[in-house]
Amino acid sequence: MSTHAAEKRGFGAVLWDYLTTVDHKKIAILYLIGGGFFFVLGGLEAMLIRIQLISPDNEFISAQFYNEVMTMHGTTMIFLAAMPLLFALMNAVVPLQIGARDVAFPFVNALGFWLFAFGGILLNLSWFVTGAPDAGWTAYAPLSIISPGHGVDFYAVGLQISGFGTLMAGINFIVTIINMRAPGMTYMRMPLFTWTTFVASILILFAFPALTVGLFEMTFDRLFGANFFKPEMGGNVIIWEHLFWIFGHPEVYILVLPAFGVFSEVIPTFSKKRLFGYSSMVFATVLIAFLGFMVWAHHMFTVGLGPIANSIFAVATMAIAVPTGIKIFNWLLTMWGGNIRITTPMLYALGFIPSFTIGGMTGVMLATAAADLQYHDSYFVVGHFHYVIVGGVVFGVLAGLTYWWPRMFGTMLDEKLGKWTFWLFFIGFHLTFFIQHFLGLMGMPRRYWKFLPDQGLDTGNLISTIGAFFMAAGAILFVWNIIITSVRNEKVSGDPWDARTLEWAIPNPTPEYNFKQIPLVRGLDPLWIEKMEGNGKMTPAEPLGDIHMPNSSFLPFMMSLGLFIAGIGVIFQVDNNSWWIVAIIGFAITLGTMFLRSIKDDLGYHIHKEDLEDKGAGVK
Amino acid sequence: MTHDDMLRSDNLPHEPEKATLEGKNKFLGFWFFLGGETVLFASLFGTYLALKNSFGGTEGVPTTELYGLELVFIMTVLLLTSSLTSVYAMYHMKNHDFKKMQLWLGVTVLLGLGFLGCEIYEFYHYVHEYHHTFTAHAFGSAFYTLVGFHGGHVVFGLLWITTLMIRNAKRGLNLYNAPKFYIASLYWHFIDVVWVFIFTVVYLMGKVA
Repeated sequence: MSTHAAEKRGFGAVLWDYLTTVDHKKIAILYLIGGGFFFVLGGLEAMLIRIQLISPDNEFISAQFYNEVMTMHGTTMIFLAAMPLLFALMNAVVPLQIGARDVAFPFVNALGFWLFAFGGILLNLSWFVTGAPDAGWTAYAPLSIISPGHGVDFYAVGLQISGFGTLMAGINFIVTIINMRAPGMTYMRMPLFTWTTFVASILILFAFPALTVGLFEMTFDRLFGANFFKPEMGGNVIIWEHLFWIFGHPEVYILVLPAFGVFSEVIPTFSKKRLFGYSSMVFATVLIAFLGFMVWAHHMFTVGLGPIANSIFAVATMAIAVPTGIKIFNWLLTMWGGNIRITTPMLYALGFIPSFTIGGMTGVMLATAAADLQYHDSYFVVGHFHYVIVGGVVFGVLAGLTYWWPRMFGTMLDEKLGKWTFWLFFIGFHLTFFIQHFLGLMGMPRRYWKFLPDQGLDTGNLISTIGAFFMAAGAILFVWNIIITSVRNEKVSGDPWDARTLEWAIPNPTPEYNFKQIPLVRGLDPLWIEKMEGNGKMTPAEPLGDIHMPNSSFLPFMMSLGLFIAGIGVIFQVDNNSWWIVAIIGFAITLGTMFLRSIKDDLGYHIHKEDLEDKGAGVK
Repeated sequence: MTHDDMLRSDNLPHEPEKATLEGKNKFLGFWFFLGGETVLFASLFGTYLALKNSFGGTEGVPTTELYGLELVFIMTVLLLTSSLTSVYAMYHMKNHDFKKMQLWLGVTVLLGLGFLGCEIYEFYHYVHEYHHTFTAHAFGSAFYTLVGFHGGHVVFGLLWITTLMIRNAKRGLNLYNAPKFYIASLYWHFIDVVWVFIFTVVYLMGKVA
């Protein structure tokens, strides 16, 4: 599918193509648009927070609006920006890295995207209806249960819908990686980004259902008169905290492991060396995921679970520093003695290592249960998790987008602008968040609308806000870079970075079937092996033959739209019973399209061998 | 493989559900999905155990008085038997005997309907005899959510299997629909396993607590 052909088609045809696509490469672009939009939205919310806190006793926004902005900033960034942006990279790259023509479940993959999109839209609809959720992104009961209006209802239902989508995306990647690898692509030859996608998908599979149950219980309490979190009726508010963090802690690794994967691709490519300690990298990834499931209560040290429970969770948490440390040293040793090229993706990798290490070290400080009683709910925590999420995940996403942009769009982002973006963002990031550790230690609580003058907090908050403007400038520059790169539209070769892995063995633009002939993989970094042996391209593992392709479908869009409509009906039925009609229509659309999907044969189609030869696509 | 080959009934290998890449993917993907479902029910069980017999300031009937094991025993027999009959159905699927597969799936659906009828009666009984409702207290919310989620799964499973039976009644088994039948039966087994835990954790442990 060449972009040249796409230009000739009308806007309507392109739109319909994207609404019905099941091609993982186009779904990646959809995730990028969706995640990018919400990233900008979450960034604007962050700017409102920082402007409000620029000076003591500020009246820039009202207290209620501040609570909504603060809640939506966290929720949007985690669920609607960071995860979809990572899914964009995974969809764009993973099938290519393992030498697959497609994902295991193209239809489910599309459904996953549309559920995320409609869940995110539903959540943000709250701004225009009754006010956004205002109980913090963690939505602790009883605050979330007694919060008036419909804000928290939108939180519960919107996240429920987008959570279903995430779960489906996760299952799709697990099966794709297990079943769709090219001949010779053994598990221990898989690129680290594929490995981390695999492990993160397993985390999604086992972590998200806990959130699903928590959100159901919250929905039932708020909208259907249940009593899970109402102590006077026998309920227990701590159940929410447990369910939320049983999901929430693995979620941290769902986000950061794929970012680790990106850096594990970027650093070897720009050091011209294979990844140091590959097998220990895989081991560390799996170990982090395993430990990630048994540390959730370190978010709850102040609940009063008792010294034994707190100690166990503290020790388990500190143990995670070991595999993470293995990774840090492996990246450093990959660069050691390498032929290093300082490109934009490499800059992000270089910036990531010290930034993330600081986040990890404050993590060990927080893991010390006794000390955590002091840090808890202070800006120290805010500083810590932004070092992990921005210093790890956002740097990873920006590095990954810059690195794989030629693969996704056939063009190179401008390197000069890219480096400016990095420096603005990097300096802004440390200005914003480093000082927050100290603000927290000086007693500034998180989530407060105001702070008072002359308590030693004024200068620190001013610095933090200035840093935020630097980050905003960096983000704007990145968007500008995308725009001018698209306008220039200068196509590059299929392997512009002189890289090592399979996704770079494909000509530019990527054909819709990815590989005309499935490649034979002969070791780690398969393309590099062929380059070193003077072949320069992959040896095919099969003769040229017909290629089976999945049909496009509008049903994923309709299924998700149905749940979106049903969600609105369910939220408003407490005000007026006639909203049930809306809910029933929504559920009928979803179940009806599921029924259609079940009874209608969908066998896909074939691209015939002769057409492949005629087109000449794939021939180098 | 051409589309005609996918939809023919006379060329089936021994395990038609795993003969195609699509079938293998579905098989594996569905097992993983059930792994996620396990966490879902584990979370519901956790909530139930935390809120069992928790009435707060309200009046409520404790589990020892509420549950009657006779009806629950019948329900258990019905659902366990339906799991066995779905095994028979899959046995005949692997031997390409479409009619017998349909027959045993039909028996499975009837047993499932019997289970569902008993469960609806059970809930009706609790509400009208004991005022044990979803909104009365936290215990009620937790009970109906856990057992209701299972019941909802039963309803979905019945609709799913019935849809497959009717859709394919005229054309018989082929490489395209064999994986669909197979994962529906996997789903049905999973529902059965969850019920074994509900029977033990909710009802048996409820009688002795």
